[in-house]
Amino acid sequence: MSGASEAREVRVGAAGRAPSRRRRSPALVTGCVLVGFVVLVALVSLVWLPYAPDDTTGTRLAAPGGAHPLGTDKLGRDLLTQLMTGAWIALRAGLGATALGGVLGVCAGLAAGFATRWLDDTLSTLLDVLIAFPTLLLAMLMVAARSASLGSAVLAIGLAMTAVVARLTRVLVKRVLAQDYITAARTSGTSWPRIVTGHVLPNIWPTLVVNLALQFGLAVMAEASLSFLGLGAPPPNASWGRMLQEAQATVFTAPTGVIAPGVLLVMLVVGVNLVADGLRDTLDPTRRRTR
Amino acid sequence: MNVLDVQGLTIRTEEGRDLVSDVSFSIGAGSRLGLVGESGSGKSLTALAVMGLLPPGMTASGSIALTAHGAPPAEIVGATERALNGLRGRAATVVFQEPLTALDPLMRLGAQLAEPLRARHGRGLRGAALRRAVEEALDRVRLPEPGRIARAHPHEISGGQRQRVALAMALACEPALLIADEPTTALDVTVQSEVLALLDTLVADRDMALLFISHDLAVVSAVTDHVLVLKDGTAVESGSVADIVGRPVHPYTRDLVGSARHLESALERIVR
Repeated sequence: MSGASEAREVRVGAAGRAPSRRRRSPALVTGCVLVGFVVLVALVSLVWLPYAPDDTTGTRLAAPGGAHPLGTDKLGRDLLTQLMTGAWIALRAGLGATALGGVLGVCAGLAAGFATRWLDDTLSTLLDVLIAFPTLLLAMLMVAARSASLGSAVLAIGLAMTAVVARLTRVLVKRVLAQDYITAARTSGTSWPRIVTGHVLPNIWPTLVVNLALQFGLAVMAEASLSFLGLGAPPPNASWGRMLQEAQATVFTAPTGVIAPGVLLVMLVVGVNLVADGLRDTLDPTRRRTR
Repeated sequence: MNVLDVQGLTIRTEEGRDLVSDVSFSIGAGSRLGLVGESGSGKSLTALAVMGLLPPGMTASGSIALTAHGAPPAEIVGATERALNGLRGRAATVVFQEPLTALDPLMRLGAQLAEPLRARHGRGLRGAALRRAVEEALDRVRLPEPGRIARAHPHEISGGQRQRVALAMALACEPALLIADEPTTALDVTVQSEVLALLDTLVADRDMALLFISHDLAVVSAVTDHVLVLKDGTAVESGSVADIVGRPVHPYTRDLVGSARHLESALERIVR
């Protein structure tokens, strides 16, 4: 995942490459396996499901095994089916919110980072207000203004994320711009667009990518929380959050209803965090050597 | 013909405080001027003003005329960013004090050096020709194994080597005037004299004008032929190195010469 620096290397000198770069971080490998499993489940759910998501013909609260590998819920729906569709919903929520928050946040952050005085002050104040605004309240407003759907939840989570990402980007840009190498580039007559693409973006992007990966995990959690509260995708779309909420009452009689979505949720979020950790080690050349 | 002509330069902060007031000096083609003074005397600000790179909120007044090779003198004070960008690099460029922060930590040195080379020789410079130009530029500043250094990141080479790379980047612009802002202060003494000697020959070979900024009168007198002494933003004394060192007039200059002598005599006492 070191595309930027590798591309540069190819341009200048393509011979011998530091061997340490080849070594993979164990966190990255573990994280990729965990995330990969969930992605696989989600992809399979698109082409094949054991039952239809709204098929209530099964025995209610059946124990795992036989025709229903993970059992059924209180309405007789197959849990494995719900878990699989839930994986796809969780990934869509995470990707959608991260894409929205990432694009808007980085753009706003770049603008604020380069701005001086009043524009910077205005943007910073706006971001602070947005960060202080509870995501849950924002989500409820979205649901009230639109309807309870995955789109509303993603929009709310993405907007809340925008503020966090923008504030981080702003600080990173300001820090890079204060560096001597920016002044050095300017003294040799390098134009602003070249400075942004050549120095600013490469220097802020490792931190940004790691942060976006963390934000992805938080977005998945946020979607599960919103669904738990009934603010996410409406039935029959099975979100892990709503599965947890529905299985709440029967947690002792049919524990798989709670355990299965819980385990997958933890796998995805922990996996994404490990990927973020591994990315940080891989993307930073000063860390690469010491590992 | 003068490469740099500074007349009545005053640098003022937003609050209206003058950090540099009414400083005038000029540097002829191929000649060298040392700017000496303690930290906070306005040396570096003067250099930044010459490049049109004052920090936001500071304004320069007076006149700064910079002349690129084969071009009429251009006024820096009040020039547009576009005009300034055309001058930077061609007319003048800067080598900074801290070589670690003056190099992009995430960029391979070869790629960083390629930037001024391509700015100078055109974007068409790429591939094997670019690699050769990069290695030649590194070779010119006496760096061993230019191929290896071109592929290294700044943290993988030593401080002295970094300053040589920074020097190579500045020279790649082939400017009429090289501004060296305390280029050896961050280096240890033996490396310092090597880099100074290198700077000396490279500037002489290219017939470049040099504005050398330092707090160290001994270092300045080793490299330049004229000296301007700054104190609290005003020029207190100027003249040839021999005059300033031999017959300092202003009390502050006398202090500077005295402290340089003091160090020297301390060394001699030990030798004896």
